[in-house]
Amino acid sequence: MKRFAQLLDRLVLTPSRNAKLQLLCDYFAKTPDPDRGIALAALTGRLDIASVKPAMLRGLMAERMDEVLFGLSYDYVGDLAETIALVWDQQAVAMPQQAAVEPASLANVVGSLQMAGKTDALAILIRWLDQLDSSGRYALLKLVTGGLRIGVSARLAKLALADYGKVDVTEVEELWHGQEVPFLALFAWLSGNSPKPRQMAAAPFRPVMLANALSETDRQRLDANLYAAEWKWDGIRIQATAEAGVKRLYSRTGDDVGQAFPDLLEAMEFEGTLDGELLVARPELRDRLEVGSFGDLQQRLNRKTVSKKLRVSHPVFLRAYDLLDENGENLRNLSFLERRKRLERFVNPLEQSRFDISPLIEFQSWRELADNRENPPHVAIEGVMIKQWQSTYQPGRPKGPWFKWKRDPMLIDAVLMYAQRGHGKRSSYYSDYTFGVWTDEGILVPVGKAYFGFTDDELKQIDKFVRENTIERFGPVRSVTARKDFGLVFEVAFEGLNRSKRHKSGVAMRFPRISRLRWDKPPNEADTLASLENLIS
Amino acid sequence: MNPAQLLHPTSKGLYCPPGDFYVDPVASVPRALITHGHADHARPGHRQVWATQQTLDIMAIRYGDDHCRQPQPMALREVFEVNGVKVSFWPAGHVLGSAQILIQHADVQIVVSGDYKRGTDPTCAPYEPVPTQRPIDVFITEATFALPVFRHPAPSDEIAKLLRSVDQFPDRTHLVGVYALGKAQRVLGLLRNAGYDETIYIHGALEKLCSYYASQGIELGDLQPATLDKGQKHSFAGKIVLGPPSAFVDRWGRRFADPISCFASGWMQIRQRAKQRGVELPLILSDHCDWDELLTTIKELNPGEVWVTHGRDDALIRWCQLNQIQARPLNLIGYEEDNE
Repeated sequence: MKRFAQLLDRLVLTPSRNAKLQLLCDYFAKTPDPDRGIALAALTGRLDIASVKPAMLRGLMAERMDEVLFGLSYDYVGDLAETIALVWDQQAVAMPQQAAVEPASLANVVGSLQMAGKTDALAILIRWLDQLDSSGRYALLKLVTGGLRIGVSARLAKLALADYGKVDVTEVEELWHGQEVPFLALFAWLSGNSPKPRQMAAAPFRPVMLANALSETDRQRLDANLYAAEWKWDGIRIQATAEAGVKRLYSRTGDDVGQAFPDLLEAMEFEGTLDGELLVARPELRDRLEVGSFGDLQQRLNRKTVSKKLRVSHPVFLRAYDLLDENGENLRNLSFLERRKRLERFVNPLEQSRFDISPLIEFQSWRELADNRENPPHVAIEGVMIKQWQSTYQPGRPKGPWFKWKRDPMLIDAVLMYAQRGHGKRSSYYSDYTFGVWTDEGILVPVGKAYFGFTDDELKQIDKFVRENTIERFGPVRSVTARKDFGLVFEVAFEGLNRSKRHKSGVAMRFPRISRLRWDKPPNEADTLASLENLIS
Repeated sequence: MNPAQLLHPTSKGLYCPPGDFYVDPVASVPRALITHGHADHARPGHRQVWATQQTLDIMAIRYGDDHCRQPQPMALREVFEVNGVKVSFWPAGHVLGSAQILIQHADVQIVVSGDYKRGTDPTCAPYEPVPTQRPIDVFITEATFALPVFRHPAPSDEIAKLLRSVDQFPDRTHLVGVYALGKAQRVLGLLRNAGYDETIYIHGALEKLCSYYASQGIELGDLQPATLDKGQKHSFAGKIVLGPPSAFVDRWGRRFADPISCFASGWMQIRQRAKQRGVELPLILSDHCDWDELLTTIKELNPGEVWVTHGRDDALIRWCQLNQIQARPLNLIGYEEDNE
């Protein structure tokens, strides 16, 4: 318990991703089974202790202390586990006849609570809370209530596992869904004590194949005749798999995201595994699937439950581009050409409002494809995908068979308005920038925020400019001089624009970054909001 | 006479009409009684300042010798009279020179505690309950950490945490954020008490007050300025460097080898608070009472009423109500709640 408590305390306060990986990796190396597996389950949201619920803890606190004082404390701290850990008054009453089992190990905690009924569980928990210090209480409460929210994603935990076992993360992703808490076989393999476990579960995740960016030299070197091309859709990469009655939707990193898309899940009347892009369709068009904007898709993301209304107004569908498995037959060793034929046959009988096929683009030369790329038929296209006809489906990012060729980013010139201090290594620099463009009335209105794209030297120059031209400070934020005749102009690159009600300017940029510093350009030559609105198609 | 006639809040601070003086006024006044040297309590520009000698010295260091026209040093535990009102100064245990002020007139007794703490501190005189024949009528208390979540751990444990990290990361610089008056010297004192006898490096903003503490007989060990010679880059690896928190996020902070940012403050009890400030190693060290110490103090003194100046007054007043003690907020403006 103590080691887990220390891990949580360190993770909460460690800003750097690499340092977090190091902490997790060390923890997996130093902690014996089954505790490390239980910690892993807690970190990845796979631990469920039915006998303890947050509402019970609130009820317990209401009995132990004044509700107003607890409420004020909770409001201030903002985290239930931490609040209870801090306000807890140890009532060290000696009860030798029912001496509690020390909460020394996570296995102990989870084991005792899973066997106990609700009343017993609470009594056990109280005894442990009395025995632990504040940091231990915090860890215990986090563990038993689930949902740690300490800045570690399931993805990060899997990367740490891969580091620990010195294996590729796709191998961990592939096995992930077949492994039971506390992951004994997984750890045995990663620590080199036993061979890789076999995937036994139905409808497991199959690690996805990724593309490399196509460079100028690639284009000169490669023979266009050996490649197929399709549009690169701006949605979410999804693997839809249905086997023996088990249906799952996986993200590209193997997270099960089916819960958010029950409408698609229900329509999966097939045996096999499709690879494709999840998109939102425009509901008013009943005869065909017309892709909505990325903004529409965002309405459907990161939701635990989906209302009926949203399912109707924002229906999702899968635009399939590969078939990995059909009726138990592994197709990944076939060529893309073969798989594509099988895919077309496979998708044809499926529910048309939920599945279609990503069409191929006809082209003879890279030049012709480049024309297509610059003039896509739809706004939800962010470039083209290029796939070698003869290539097999290989997990990871092999160099050669698949390329992505994105559209050139959109560019505008915007004026720096606010700068915010960075975090971690950048905490002594103003490194997060809000920039704006001119309205017709000649007022600057913020249109985006970016914190990368510049070199370290450029960061120093911008930081100096911010410090020398500060008008006002609001905590970690400074507003800087931005007049028509004086200010700093950034060339900002971004992937697309959406209308947004949340932003004052009415537009929101996708993936903005600073592409150049325009020290040479006076602010009054920066872009206008009207010119930005013209970019929204 | 009722207590509010003897002392009541005004826009300039607490005012005593019969004595014609203010306590810790936030604007310049003819006569100010000042509890301690922190900038929100001790401001320059008053005509007369009554305070302990150490508080007057600290004000002179911060604002210059002309911070007021007539400094009036007050010996601790001695009774002085001003317009028939008796005032006396009693140790508050907050920072060097800090005092509580007992105000007596007719048959009313009020203690203005200023900021105070009960925890151990090798760098200032400990808090003393003001001795009176009968319980005082009003105890005026701060409420900086008046929430049941604030339970300050033992200072020695926090210092041990810092020293353990210095051992664990010998190639990194430990940057400890401290406020210049009180916290800096307390951290230094605690480090020396824990047996750490290496040179400790300090930011220029701490120099004068550290020398002043040393001149008052408070041993802080070998201190050197945290300045770099040209071309040196990693000279502070493995060292402890103290400075005001603002300096570490400024350009000054860039000179250190792979720094670990530490912050010594009572606020560090709350993880999200530490995270927001980018603190990697929080040291829970406070100049103020925690929740338990506030309650203990009120119970010990058993005052007729509790008046709460600044901080989280709602929780403390709620507790007083639950315990049948009369309490009210003074809603004084101008005292900082977040800066310890």
